[in-house]
Amino acid sequence: MSHPVVLEARNIVKELGEGAARVRALKGVSLSLRAGELTLLMGPSGSGKTTLLSILGCILTPTSGSVRIKDETIDGLTPEQLADLRRRHIGFIFQSYNLFPTLTAFENVRLALDVRGMGYAETVAKAESALKAVGLAHKLRSYPRNMSGGEQQRVAVARALAGAPSVILADEPTAALDSENGHAVMALLAQIARDRNHAVLAVTHDPRTHAYADRIVRIEDGRIVGEDRRPEANKNVKKYDITRKRKANA
Amino acid sequence: MIVTLAIRNLFHDRVRLIVTLVGILFSIVLVAVQLGLYLGARKMIIDMIEYSNGELWITAYGAKSFEEGGILLTPRERHAALAAPGVAAVVPLVVSFAEWRKPGGGSTNTVIVGSDAEDNGLKAWNIVEGSLSSIEAPDGVAVDRSYLGDLGVKGIGDVAQVGDTRVRIRAITEGIRSFTMAPYIFTTLNRARTLLGVPSENSTYFLVQVVPGTDIEHLRKDLTERLPNVEVLTKAEFRDRSLDQWLFSTGAGVALIGGAILGLLVGTVIVAQTLYSSTKDHLNEFATLRALGSSSGYIHKVILAQAGLSAVIGYVLGMIIALVVVVLSTHTALPIIMTPGLAVSLFLLTLFMCAISAVSAIMKVTKIDPAMVFSR
Repeated sequence: MSHPVVLEARNIVKELGEGAARVRALKGVSLSLRAGELTLLMGPSGSGKTTLLSILGCILTPTSGSVRIKDETIDGLTPEQLADLRRRHIGFIFQSYNLFPTLTAFENVRLALDVRGMGYAETVAKAESALKAVGLAHKLRSYPRNMSGGEQQRVAVARALAGAPSVILADEPTAALDSENGHAVMALLAQIARDRNHAVLAVTHDPRTHAYADRIVRIEDGRIVGEDRRPEANKNVKKYDITRKRKANA
Repeated sequence: MIVTLAIRNLFHDRVRLIVTLVGILFSIVLVAVQLGLYLGARKMIIDMIEYSNGELWITAYGAKSFEEGGILLTPRERHAALAAPGVAAVVPLVVSFAEWRKPGGGSTNTVIVGSDAEDNGLKAWNIVEGSLSSIEAPDGVAVDRSYLGDLGVKGIGDVAQVGDTRVRIRAITEGIRSFTMAPYIFTTLNRARTLLGVPSENSTYFLVQVVPGTDIEHLRKDLTERLPNVEVLTKAEFRDRSLDQWLFSTGAGVALIGGAILGLLVGTVIVAQTLYSSTKDHLNEFATLRALGSSSGYIHKVILAQAGLSAVIGYVLGMIIALVVVVLSTHTALPIIMTPGLAVSLFLLTLFMCAISAVSAIMKVTKIDPAMVFSR
């Protein structure tokens, strides 16, 4: 059964810079993200991956073309309205985690819920639940400086997950991680897409991530140049065991 | 979370926090001392007028302040005033500078204040030794405890001279200070005239006490018409005129207020500088917040909360130091006054200063591009 489209971009053109330095970063990109799918966006540096991610995440607006998230279009929205759309529909995971160093893991997740205007009790319950879901129930009070890169990225995943967004966008989520943690995070993202019915898009260079994808979209020179839909049988469907690493450490 | 994030941002860099607090503290102490001095000076200038019992003051034309009224009024003006409907009593006062000769040699400038206690016009107050009635003794005067050293006397019973006339300390007051640094010497009306060598019926002021229910403004106009060669001032007008003379014509008040404004400016610049650099350091975090969907208002509140917290901590520390300075100044020639109103005003000023300081930081985050989160 086909999952519903939650984010759809059509004919996206994005020009960056001014005057003679103006370049066309995206040249008519169309892409749909479906609930329950993990899509990988792959391409060489400068191909327009991050620009596309920024537009899909309502951080940048396209020069032309349209983006629709669920039933809402981003055309003509002000920065504040775009922020509101991000609050309601988008969860971000960043390459460098972008955690607040002065806040604990729990507070980092709770902050993402607080900006959504949720009450204290709700933010506490959801933050604890999200951290438990990524296997960090024992690290609630830990500061990022006391956590490994893999743990920090899992906090970032929990932060993205906590607000129950329609779409989770990940920018090079494994780039700063070792092999084991890279696999763990990708397994987690695949599991989130599948179990929670989120649309997950990960921008990546990392070939280790292929095994977890439902779909791989290739972008070059601002254009989509190919798309592979991976058969279910070929996918690494191994469920992420959140306790595995802790047991190993023990 | 706004307050939590603000606290963590503030305490994350302890050195910067200390610089911020020192800036606020410096500013608070400077403003508190300057405004406290202003209030202290103001009190010294207007105390005599405030403690007087009379709604209107009749003065020689152009009298600039309480101490500079001349001794030009005659019984003619007093009788004319007494004839006006609504006037209950007209109390004569004699006030003038005079030279005080210390018993051990040397002299100092003083202000003789002559008034009869039974007239209930202007009496020495806060008498801590001796009594008001003892001033009526043939050579009796009252002086303030804080000026005993300046006057070359030690206490009750000591003798000095005003001009060529001997006076004896019969009463001591506390807290009656003079802005001109010339101590007030309280005595009876006629002795004041004698000490000053002026005609026995001349006065510096007539204090007009009115019949209850009298329209003061109407009476003032009536007296002005009856007494064309003198001025008739309300208590507030005479107070303002004295303040204008001593605080503003001399530039003393301008210097005090200018110092306070300077303190505010310095504090604002220091706090603005540290808040701006703190915001710049946390720019990636604010960009992340923006990418996560936070409204710009949410981020502004974090910065304002940082400013507010700095204000509260800086205010408390600054006020502790300011209050120590106030206590230390109590027995000096120019005591600093801290009133509840000034304390509240200082707190509001501190909050305002910190809010203004946050403007540059807010402008910085307003221009933040959430796309920068992808370039780290």
